[in-house]
Amino acid sequence: MEQLAWLPIHSDFAAALRGTRAEADTERRLTHLCGLAGYQRDFVATEKLDRTLQATLSALAPADRPAALPLRQARLAVLSSHTIDHLMPAIRVGGLAHGVILSTHVGHYGTYRQSLMEVDPDLLEFAPQFLLLALDAHEMPSSLPFDASESDVADAIQGYVDNLRDLWRFGRQRYSAQVIQQTFVAADPPLFGSYDGLVPASPIAFTEQLNKAMRSAARQEGILLLDLAWLARTWPEDAVFDPVRWHQAKQLIAPHFAPEYGDWVARIIAASLGLSRKCLVLDLDNTIWGGVVGDDGIEGIRLGQGDPLGEAFLDFQRYIAALGRRGVVLAVCSKNDPAIAESAFCQHPEMVLRRSDIASFVANWDDKAGNLRRIAGELNLGLDSFVFVDDNPAERLIIRRELPMVAVPELPADAAYYGKRLADAGYFEAASLTSDDLARGRSYQASAERQAILSRATDMTEYLKSLSMTLVASEIGPVDFPRAVQLINKSNQFNLTTRRYTDAELQDLLADPAVVGMCFRLKDRFGDNGLISIILARPDDQWGKNALLIDTWLMSCRVLGRQVEAAALEVVTQEAARRGAQALIGEYRPTPRNELVSRHYEKLGFSPVEAPDPHVQGASFWRFDIAAATPPHFITVERLT
Amino acid sequence: MTEQDILEALTMVFRDVFDQDSITLRPETTADDIEGWDSQAHITLVVATEMRFGIKFRTGELEGLHNVGDFVRLIQARMGGSPGIQGRTG
Repeated sequence: MEQLAWLPIHSDFAAALRGTRAEADTERRLTHLCGLAGYQRDFVATEKLDRTLQATLSALAPADRPAALPLRQARLAVLSSHTIDHLMPAIRVGGLAHGVILSTHVGHYGTYRQSLMEVDPDLLEFAPQFLLLALDAHEMPSSLPFDASESDVADAIQGYVDNLRDLWRFGRQRYSAQVIQQTFVAADPPLFGSYDGLVPASPIAFTEQLNKAMRSAARQEGILLLDLAWLARTWPEDAVFDPVRWHQAKQLIAPHFAPEYGDWVARIIAASLGLSRKCLVLDLDNTIWGGVVGDDGIEGIRLGQGDPLGEAFLDFQRYIAALGRRGVVLAVCSKNDPAIAESAFCQHPEMVLRRSDIASFVANWDDKAGNLRRIAGELNLGLDSFVFVDDNPAERLIIRRELPMVAVPELPADAAYYGKRLADAGYFEAASLTSDDLARGRSYQASAERQAILSRATDMTEYLKSLSMTLVASEIGPVDFPRAVQLINKSNQFNLTTRRYTDAELQDLLADPAVVGMCFRLKDRFGDNGLISIILARPDDQWGKNALLIDTWLMSCRVLGRQVEAAALEVVTQEAARRGAQALIGEYRPTPRNELVSRHYEKLGFSPVEAPDPHVQGASFWRFDIAAATPPHFITVERLT
Repeated sequence: MTEQDILEALTMVFRDVFDQDSITLRPETTADDIEGWDSQAHITLVVATEMRFGIKFRTGELEGLHNVGDFVRLIQARMGGSPGIQGRTG
């Protein structure tokens, strides 16, 4: 089995890497390295790429890095009970492939407990945002006799899990880090054979129950999992774990396997930062059914029971539909006659995917790069949130060249493996699951209907009134918290300051009663748009006692042009007034992505003020008098307490 | 492959891993002679060598190697499936 199988193979990786090193301009070199990280690479090539990456980064001041590319930065500490150094290059290169420059810190071998229970000055200085706790089954063995009862085993496991909970809490409290816990993989071969599962205290059964209890504790504590036990199942055991390396150097994960493992770690961090893909764009012919509908006719395509290939495509469609239900936006981009393509969705009796599952449906004879741009515009989503699945290698090549930000997986020759390939690529890795995720499909559909009304409405005012909008404002409470963190970490376009906060950091901020932390939902006659805006305002030394600085103001682009900003400002001024503030200070920090809101405060009636020192380069500051009138809007505001 | 063939192929592996086209291996070369040959690089070298020659070193047999010559003989033994030089160096 090949690792990183979804990535294309470079015709001459080594030469490309040499060429990159010859590139004098560090920004351009970083762009090239980013591209190379998106190709299949083995352990040695990955390590070499990392060496060039580190050399390139050390030539760039940290402050210059975000401006250099649309790359995010994050700090990851790995605390482990086994040797992990040989995996760090692959984790960093995996980060780059997912759009994150990772700074890493590796705890001293085997001292993870001390690092968490006592203060580790090195770790404190490193200030990790993410803390991967990579333990192996030797750390938490079953020491019970083989005739121990289920409840004895449960007690022993409870002890271990309580121990882990303590470690997690220290990770969160001492270092304000998002903890990622690796699940355990049984260290020894079975003792009883299949009967192991019937002996609660057998090492294999014990490890399995430990993982189960740990997953449930992680859910309660807001810990993310690197579920090695599950991930490794799809690989031959000796590909992932190599006892020779274990004895040689206490390496749990074999060096050969580093590239795949590195991607597993990186995709979780990317997901926490909101960088997971959001939209799956599908080709049709030979991608979601067998054959060419334009040639073979609706009755001629291979889809459905009774035909092995037809069943394979049916399965793939079921998998796609399930992705849709969990919140991945689905779109179609196909070279086809639009009427024929749509009729396959409406008339083929075995189609699992319905036309209504597809938020944007583009079938024509134009080039696909242009069509993907069009879909991005229609859905108001960035191309960097797209995955494009096409069985045709030529189309894949063109999209990779024209739109490098779109993820284009290599597909296996056999359609029976399409779903697995998509899953292996980890494009849609989640760091949370909210009710908004589950409602997203419907919401994008309603959005399309609104667009249709708008194209009919001649008068904007009439249109806005006709939507009967209600903005529901509430303080960010436990229910909204996960979605709030998700938005804070992934909103790029309508985001005034692009400040990112981890779970722990946001919790700290909201614990202060002087801070205004509001979230907003928007309902209209088509339904609930879900949580669409977050505003955080807090006292700031630079602005004195009587003002609140708007630390964060972000909004989902789905509700642009609906006057939500004016209604939200109304709420925030009231909240600020209740806390005794006389003014709001707005800040705009330009990024390559948020030009959209450069005049946000001006439009709302804020007046420009001089920037304090120090301030982020290019930032502008604005003042709004609490007593002043906020701009008019057609939204009913409902304040939940 | 003769020891000389292996030495030449191994030289290419070293040049690739260290990005140093000037590396020339001789049987008497040791880790001290090559800049950057630390414990981390050693793991990379071992993995790269296994990949290049399609072999797998056995537990414990890398620890007793003194120089490149020992390494070459071990590679040859592994390629031929003989018991290797474990007894001699261990």
